[in-house]
Amino acid sequence: MIIFVAAQLLPGDVGRAILGPFAAQSSVDQLNEELGTNRSIVVQYGDWVGGVLQGDLGDSYAFSRPVGDLLWPALKNSAKLALLAFVIVVPIGILGGVAAALKEGRLRDRVISIGGLSATAIPEFVWAVLGIMIFGVWLGVLPTTAQAPQDAGFFTQVKYLLLPALCLVFVLFGYIARMARAGTIESLDADYTRTAYLKGLPRRTVIRRHVLRNSLLPTIAVVATQVGYLFGGLVAIELIFNYNGLGQLIYRAAQRQDFPLLLSATLVVGVVYLVATLIADVLYSLLNPRIRLASSES
Amino acid sequence: MTAATAPALELDDLNVAYTVRGIDRPVLRGVTLSIAQGESYGLVGESGCGKSTAAFALMRYLPRNGKIQSGSIRIAGQELMSMSEDGVRNLRATQVSMVYQNPGAALNPSIHIGDQVAEVFEIAGGSGAQARERTHEILGKVQISDPARVMRRYPHQLSGGMQQRVVIAMALAKDPALLILDEPTTGLDATVEAEVLDLVALLRGEFGTSVFFISHNLAVIRRMCERVGVLYAGRLVEEGQAETVFTDPRHPYTVGLLRCIPKGGLRKDVHRLDSIPGFLPQLGADLPGCVFTDRCGLAREICREHEPEFHQLGGGHASRCHFHDEAQTLPRTTPSHTEVPKRESNGVPVVKAEHMAKTFHQEGHDVRALDDLSIEIRPGETLGLVGESGSGKTTFARLLLGLTEPDQGSIVELEGHPLAPRIAKRSSDDVRALQIVFQNPDAALNRRFSVRRIINRALTKLVGAKGEGRDTRLRELAHSVRFDVRLLGARPAQLSGGLKQRVAIARAFAGEPLVVVCDEPTSALDVSVQAAILNLLADLQRDKGVTYLFISHDLGVVRYLSDRIAVLYLGRLMEVGDAETVFSAPHHPYTEALLSAVPSVEGEERPRIRLEGEIPSAADPPSGCVFHTRCPRYLGAICEEQEPPLAEVERGHFMRCHIPVDELRRLQAEPPPPRARGSQAKTTS
Amino acid sequence: MSRPEEQVVLAEHPLPETPRGEGDEEARVARRERLRLLSRSKTFLAGALVFGVFVFCAIFGEAVVPYDPLGSPTDILNKLEAPSSSHYFGTDQLGRDVFSRVVVGARDILVVALAATLLGTVLGAAIGLVTGYFRGLVDDVLMRIVDAFLAIPLVILATVALVALGPSKVTLVVVIGIVFAPIIARTVRAAVLSERELEYVQAARLRNEHAPYIMFAEILPNVTAPIVVEFTVRLGYAIFAIATLTFLGFGVQPPSPDWGLQIKENYVILNGGYWWPTLFPALAIAALVISINLITDGISRVFER
Repeated sequence: MIIFVAAQLLPGDVGRAILGPFAAQSSVDQLNEELGTNRSIVVQYGDWVGGVLQGDLGDSYAFSRPVGDLLWPALKNSAKLALLAFVIVVPIGILGGVAAALKEGRLRDRVISIGGLSATAIPEFVWAVLGIMIFGVWLGVLPTTAQAPQDAGFFTQVKYLLLPALCLVFVLFGYIARMARAGTIESLDADYTRTAYLKGLPRRTVIRRHVLRNSLLPTIAVVATQVGYLFGGLVAIELIFNYNGLGQLIYRAAQRQDFPLLLSATLVVGVVYLVATLIADVLYSLLNPRIRLASSES
Repeated sequence: MTAATAPALELDDLNVAYTVRGIDRPVLRGVTLSIAQGESYGLVGESGCGKSTAAFALMRYLPRNGKIQSGSIRIAGQELMSMSEDGVRNLRATQVSMVYQNPGAALNPSIHIGDQVAEVFEIAGGSGAQARERTHEILGKVQISDPARVMRRYPHQLSGGMQQRVVIAMALAKDPALLILDEPTTGLDATVEAEVLDLVALLRGEFGTSVFFISHNLAVIRRMCERVGVLYAGRLVEEGQAETVFTDPRHPYTVGLLRCIPKGGLRKDVHRLDSIPGFLPQLGADLPGCVFTDRCGLAREICREHEPEFHQLGGGHASRCHFHDEAQTLPRTTPSHTEVPKRESNGVPVVKAEHMAKTFHQEGHDVRALDDLSIEIRPGETLGLVGESGSGKTTFARLLLGLTEPDQGSIVELEGHPLAPRIAKRSSDDVRALQIVFQNPDAALNRRFSVRRIINRALTKLVGAKGEGRDTRLRELAHSVRFDVRLLGARPAQLSGGLKQRVAIARAFAGEPLVVVCDEPTSALDVSVQAAILNLLADLQRDKGVTYLFISHDLGVVRYLSDRIAVLYLGRLMEVGDAETVFSAPHHPYTEALLSAVPSVEGEERPRIRLEGEIPSAADPPSGCVFHTRCPRYLGAICEEQEPPLAEVERGHFMRCHIPVDELRRLQAEPPPPRARGSQAKTTS
Repeated sequence: MSRPEEQVVLAEHPLPETPRGEGDEEARVARRERLRLLSRSKTFLAGALVFGVFVFCAIFGEAVVPYDPLGSPTDILNKLEAPSSSHYFGTDQLGRDVFSRVVVGARDILVVALAATLLGTVLGAAIGLVTGYFRGLVDDVLMRIVDAFLAIPLVILATVALVALGPSKVTLVVVIGIVFAPIIARTVRAAVLSERELEYVQAARLRNEHAPYIMFAEILPNVTAPIVVEFTVRLGYAIFAIATLTFLGFGVQPPSPDWGLQIKENYVILNGGYWWPTLFPALAIAALVISINLITDGISRVFER
């Protein structure tokens, strides 16, 4: 809801934004009249909400097409990119975090922790330009655009998406690794881990059977909440790699003050986040006996 | 020596140190002891003396900054010091087990109980099916009534007592040569503790395991062990047969410790407890002479310079004291007698609570934490409140103080006028009149404030003191709780536990209160410090005529300090009366069980009443008399159908039981009946 | 298990009696101890050094750089020169000296980031204290709002807000500050929730202290550690967000020599081999962010012991 309230304040002149600064005021007014953007913001928002409730996201001002037609292909493209990033980052992040935790306070831990933290805090567009420079321009091994040619096969598509996905991986790695590390350290310090050692179990078994089982639970929950963040990161990445995804769409909509498109795209991001969080909750409670049993008994 | 005849444990000149800020600080100093096969050895000492370090050292499981510097550890004849990692693991898998405090944390929260126990058998090389079969068997041995069901459960679904049974089952599963028990019952309720201790004693007989029992609780050690060692500052200062050490101690530290305990019959109006002055030396302090010198009333020049040898006194009794034959003449730090004038009761109670009730709403359940409690507290007296967890002790205190709002219909009066249910609505006089001393002084004092600021704020808010006047009051207050005024600038973290508790007491007394609630005020403290705090509370009451509501799970402490005692169970008042009346028969069957559950440092073998099952949940209390599910004197259907009224059975002695008092008197003169209905613990879900 | 490491009992060595106000003395001692620990951490020192250089650039930027970062009319003659001894970092498409722009570019991002983080921290700490202390309805409502904020990624949320309000530095500060506030509030609230269970809070209630006193005088000093840590963490994210927003064109506006803006203006010519106008501002962002993270790492180690 917050986003909608914020969006209410849009003072921009939509007709002007579409037709450009040199268009005659009369044409601008006329376009505004056609689009209904001369009406008050509240009325526009009301219309939009009414439409959404009936399954109609409205028409884009800037592209003169139904918003739905623009959104779904974009969402599909973004999902591909996000999925690739996740497939790469989740195992690496968890592995890194656990590896750091097992050597808490030593060199390996410091390198992974500080490196991960720094990688996370560097904006993805910085990673993107560095990546393009190194792999695209100097080494020439990867394409500098993410949009694969029409009818490209699976591997070609992956090749095109690899560089943008890597930028997201860098940003997510530190976050996931940090969660995995914290969970593992907590679990390593727990009494039950001591019990396992004192049972005479070898270290490998203790870690595999007793430590990781408990430490990775919170990490899984956190990974899903990162989905929302991921879409934020997509805006810059898709812009740089010229990829027709949701991020690019949001960017264009914001630039042109395309009210229904911006709101709808943001709504989609919110929904994606909520679904991801829901999946995380379900997954978490399925894996965590405390929650699972508590809910089944009551 | 072969494993068959070797002692279960031999420690020889064991030195363990922790590295703190790059410096090695000795924690165990040349500890030598040996435990014969099948023997039960107790190690006692206060917190920080190195008990747990000893336990973990001999599992070769120390924190990263801890290391064994020298010495030898032999378990069942095998030397640990020269053993490879694999060897140690093998030893842990077959020869030695450990059970420690807080069983809830010791079990893996996300693995079924059955799998956790079975793991022990699998390490030993059993197949999966075999392991499960034997798991079933061992859970039966620790008196779990439905092992198959428990095996499918997760730890959090079991009560604390059940969890500790599972941990014990796991420890015994490998049929170890040595079982280490490190404070295994600390934190459990008295009746549950008694059950666990009984179980350990029973299984020790059955398995023939040697036991290394570590505890701060002298009475528990006395009950469980044949031989004891007394540890102080990492040094074994006395050792011998339990009987001998407890009745004829030969080290001033042991003598002092035993004098600190409020033993049966001691009362605040006649006796003062002795305490041990000073503090445990700092970790790793350089102690050239006797480790106890600084706190010893008998210390002489030689004690400071020369470490005494471990004098053998015959019969395996040894003392590390130059003057072991004089140990019992250790001068008291306080005179043992005290005169307390009998208080005059004018009949108007200082606090009168009627129909106090509190229902909490938790996850859709109504939990009756306190049910229709009516009680009076007389001016200048101490009302002791006893009961196990969930009995409503603390809830009652919070209602009284106005921290929690009671249910409709509850009435509290202070000196005859009604008190508003919430503190925010009370007059400043009423606020001042009711204060509290909490259990844990670390949490009760704001760690970012100096002692001066903590007490001054109370003076300002409660009595409006300012400037010079406040300074004077501050000094008086510090003096009255024997707190060195030079420490007023310190922060809580820089003070020892006992000093922190003095600050908390000073704060409670800042507004000249009428009633002070003492909620387990000594539970977080060591025995020697506890005695000093109890003396202080008694002195303050004598000097200021304050009334105490004293909450404690430690019956010895309650008995020492209380004039009257109220016994709570599941939010109901079961019995109330003069302290000595409640402590001597006839008692309510619950009180009777509670009293018999608590081991005594004098080692007198009281007939034991064993309670069945677990304390029921307050969310779903039993019908009729709430105690009927565990009552050893269960009458019949009437107990399940009708709640007995709180009846006056003698003058000033009230009880909630269907059994007539004379019948109780007769029953309790005899040894208790065997457990009538199925002796196995029931699972709760 | 006993971990007797930090047990320091002073009672045997009584403190000399000192005049009133030594409570502040105590605080000073604690601060000194923390500073001493910090000064021992190599990573913290490295971070502080780099950060210090950027602060220096932000303050004295114009005075030390060889060229006018905003360029001069004749610059266009030397556009896109590769790095050399006259232009250490080369020149951009308008012939402006990249080195000078990178140095002076530290200012806007640092000022905006610090102001936004400060705003967010103050707001967030206040919200966190109130919600954590009162719980109940206030808490529920505020936490729902926090959840709503978290559902939409920061960059998208800020984009919408900046488009609506028009990009300016003040808007940037306000928008990022407001977006951060609930996130910080959540951390502070968690700390307050565990703090309020401690008995010293009940002891204060038993003196009938007012809620604001309990919140700000009793609890606040005990939750400064998470607040300080949160501040440094958020400072890193603020830089992240400002750089990204500026890069997208919704943040600091041209002709400011802001780093994000420089990358925005020049990344399209990367494929032509003109890497320097993009690389150096990118490295500057990375270096600043990493230095802040090193500081954060050091501070959280010291504060969260």
